[in-house]
Amino acid sequence: MSVAPNRPASWTGRVRETVVEALPPEKLLPDGQPTYVASWIYVFGVASIASLIVIVGSGTILSLKGPAWWHDTGVGHFFNSIHLWAVELFFFAMVVHLWGKYWMAAWRGGRVRVWITGAVTFLVAIPTALTGYVSQQNFDAQWIATQAKDGLNSVGVGAFFNVTNFGQMYSFHVLLLPMAVIGLVSAHVLLVRRHGVVPPFDLETRLAQLGAAEPGSSGASNDAPGERP
Amino acid sequence: MSRLGNLLRSHDETKPWSGAYAPYDLIKELFVAVGAVALLAVILAILFSSPDQRPSTIAQWSRSLPVDFVATAAKELAGTSSTAGYGPPYNHNGEGQHAAFIYLQKWLGVSHPINTANDFVVDPLKTVPNDPALRAALAEYQAAPESTRNAWSTAYAKPLEEYEAASEEGKTPPSVVSQNASTGAVTVDAKGTGPVPRMIASLLSLAQSGGLDGSLVASNQFFQTDYTKPLLFMSDGGLLAKRAEVDHLLGEQWGMMNETGSYPGQTWLWLYTLWYQVEPFKSSENADILVMMVMGLLSLGLICIPFIPGVRSLPRRIPIYRLIWREHYSRQAGAGR
Amino acid sequence: MSHGSVVGAVFNLDHPAHVVEWHFIQLSVANLVVIGLMFVVFAAAILLPFPGAAGRRGEDS
Repeated sequence: MSVAPNRPASWTGRVRETVVEALPPEKLLPDGQPTYVASWIYVFGVASIASLIVIVGSGTILSLKGPAWWHDTGVGHFFNSIHLWAVELFFFAMVVHLWGKYWMAAWRGGRVRVWITGAVTFLVAIPTALTGYVSQQNFDAQWIATQAKDGLNSVGVGAFFNVTNFGQMYSFHVLLLPMAVIGLVSAHVLLVRRHGVVPPFDLETRLAQLGAAEPGSSGASNDAPGERP
Repeated sequence: MSRLGNLLRSHDETKPWSGAYAPYDLIKELFVAVGAVALLAVILAILFSSPDQRPSTIAQWSRSLPVDFVATAAKELAGTSSTAGYGPPYNHNGEGQHAAFIYLQKWLGVSHPINTANDFVVDPLKTVPNDPALRAALAEYQAAPESTRNAWSTAYAKPLEEYEAASEEGKTPPSVVSQNASTGAVTVDAKGTGPVPRMIASLLSLAQSGGLDGSLVASNQFFQTDYTKPLLFMSDGGLLAKRAEVDHLLGEQWGMMNETGSYPGQTWLWLYTLWYQVEPFKSSENADILVMMVMGLLSLGLICIPFIPGVRSLPRRIPIYRLIWREHYSRQAGAGR
Repeated sequence: MSHGSVVGAVFNLDHPAHVVEWHFIQLSVANLVVIGLMFVVFAAAILLPFPGAAGRRGEDS
């Protein structure tokens, strides 16, 4: 009879073992993918990440010289342009990625948390963009702030999140919300590495499901093959 | 297992992949993606740049639309402006929006108190030096009981409201309101207005000189990053909306999705702004909370798609997946022969 | 109406947008282009062949 190895007593040891068990190196950084990963739709996840990297990079340059810089110099305006277009590309890639993952039903096989972290990332990206728009310190910022305040005030959020307070909005935009987005994207990617890319629908099961369907049969039984609608 | 558990838990036949793997360089793919996206962003920046329309100031507002400025200032003093009657988080003069018995705006309270008469008119005027007539007018105003102050402000504001309504409808505006084109001064010929005309005339001068912009921002302390007061004051007037209309930024123009100029805007807000264009939201006084609640529900729905019967099985029924995985299926079919 | 300078743009987009109206829907041309491109790119992504098929062939278990 084999003896179970001793669990480490230290927190560090236990964290290490948990992490390595969940994501051993060959799972964290695999150099192969299942052969069904063979479509251009799969690049929109990494395209979203790449856009986020360009957003953070251009945003870092903008924050180096402070929020007024981009109004005063051509170089500053150029980096603002890169930042804006990278945001458009980010949402573009995320939406195409979301469409692809929906039509693949990519939450299957225990991947529900992958779907949830992805959806929440998209939803958190929206106020991240909003805080950027109201931090522009131009007419667009004035208009968006005075309009958005009504929606936020109506649900009480305006009591602690004031879109007309430039200092607060800049802090949210430069630090708090990017941290949230990056944290969510990291969790999302680590979960994908943990569970692997979702396998294709099983065609044979689908055929069996269509063949098994009989007139008058209703509802679900636990024995029914395939997915329950 | 409960019936609800059965319903939420789809009968998922997905097995872990036991088939073949092919080499796939994730890190190289990331580098290529970053390079490609960075290049694309730089090209777009070179081709189209980005918009930067200069902000409006109270000085510009008071110089370009002096009657609108004076009318707004009168309403702030009379407590009839949009901000004055807004309710939380600015004041208790209204209950704010609600959905049935849900009064979130009221429940979260007044966190950024604004008294429009004091904050937008009286306090800035107190900073004006060397004006004995103004000082006397302010003293008379502050010594009067509230009912008298209200009567003065209302008497002054009423002809200005009629002037604005007539201008909007394209009718001849009443002659009691006149504007001096060379000095920018506005005169309201109304009775029972007490010291209010003197106060508002001084406020207009202060605004046109640029002093009101600074006064409203730095009212509490030297260092300030909160532009709530000047922004609320300006949005009570017509200048921002006038500029916004040109760039299709108004609510009824689907403005939430749009950017100034001809740039792409926030396309991801399409559904959010769509609700405002249709009933019952379009004509509702509580449109904002209703739309926010609908979008909150739909956002929750997006997150919970794996649990929603019907929605979660649509990808199986509409086989777009056959296109995505066609190489895999044809390889499977070939191996099966 | 005060506009900022648009620095170095090849195409100047700093003028009010052209808007497409259909029933109650109003969309700027720029937004319509972006949304249209999303559909086009999605369709292209699932239809265009992905390179490396030879490497993936004949390796099924």
